[in-house]
Amino acid sequence: MNNKIKTITFTGIFTALAIILAYVELLIPPLFPSLPGIKMGLPNIIIVFLLYRKNVTSAILVSLIRIALVTMLFSNAMAFLYSLAGAVLSLLIMILLRKLNFLSVVGVSIAGAVAHNIGQILMAMLLLDSSELGFYLIALIFSGIIAGIFVGLCGALLINKFPSKFH
Amino acid sequence: MPNMEKSNNTNKRHIRNDIILVALLLLFVIVGGIYLFFFRATGDAVKVTIDGKLYATYSLSENREANIYTGNNQQLNRLIIKDGKAFIETATCPDKICAEHRAIFRDGESIVCLPNRVVVTVIKSDKTDAPDAVT
Repeated sequence: MNNKIKTITFTGIFTALAIILAYVELLIPPLFPSLPGIKMGLPNIIIVFLLYRKNVTSAILVSLIRIALVTMLFSNAMAFLYSLAGAVLSLLIMILLRKLNFLSVVGVSIAGAVAHNIGQILMAMLLLDSSELGFYLIALIFSGIIAGIFVGLCGALLINKFPSKFH
Repeated sequence: MPNMEKSNNTNKRHIRNDIILVALLLLFVIVGGIYLFFFRATGDAVKVTIDGKLYATYSLSENREANIYTGNNQQLNRLIIKDGKAFIETATCPDKICAEHRAIFRDGESIVCLPNRVVVTVIKSDKTDAPDAVT
């Protein structure tokens, strides 16, 4: 019982953090207005942190609850589908790479960011029935590398401040 | 301090793998970018679809301005074809992303207006099975 309360509280706090980061990201004007998928992916700092300092379950929970709430608050159903596709692919890749343990935090974050963008493109291909999104894919992979490095460095900083895992 | 040494080595190995990952991704971006920019044939017509249904086909070889309407005569996007390139000048959608898109002319390039469900795609007319161009 005590454990359950702990889990709920923990998930709640970190989901709130992820939502705030998503909101902060909305306040930053887009760098390239014609390419709407390009953004920092700040909430991924929390997901990376949870993967290294808590467990896979909490990372999945926080990521999915965060996306459901953020799209309900600030966005629409279309954006929900894009975010979900990106988040699921990104989570799968990051969990796998974390388990394999051959990349640093930054590497895992880069792979996650790029996977997130590829997931969005796959969803766009599905929804728009168009396979001609090659330029977009390349731009998004490149932006994913940059965003992944930044997010990974933030995540690593945070992880180093908490030397042991949460229980 | 053998333990410390080991963790240092692991760190080095991880960072080396990180760099390999980034290098591979950048290689993909560069090769893909070069391929898309230089080796893709230019198209000779644009196909306009609304909600996945073919709306019209316009040749790229002559300059023209075309308004794209929905069934109830509501104007959606204004398409301009100039010097063999097509772009959207104005749009009724709220975000205007399509109007900011650069002009397209290579085979397969497209401008997408998500809110209006309008897609403009460059095609090569010899490979289309659509009926004759609406000119």
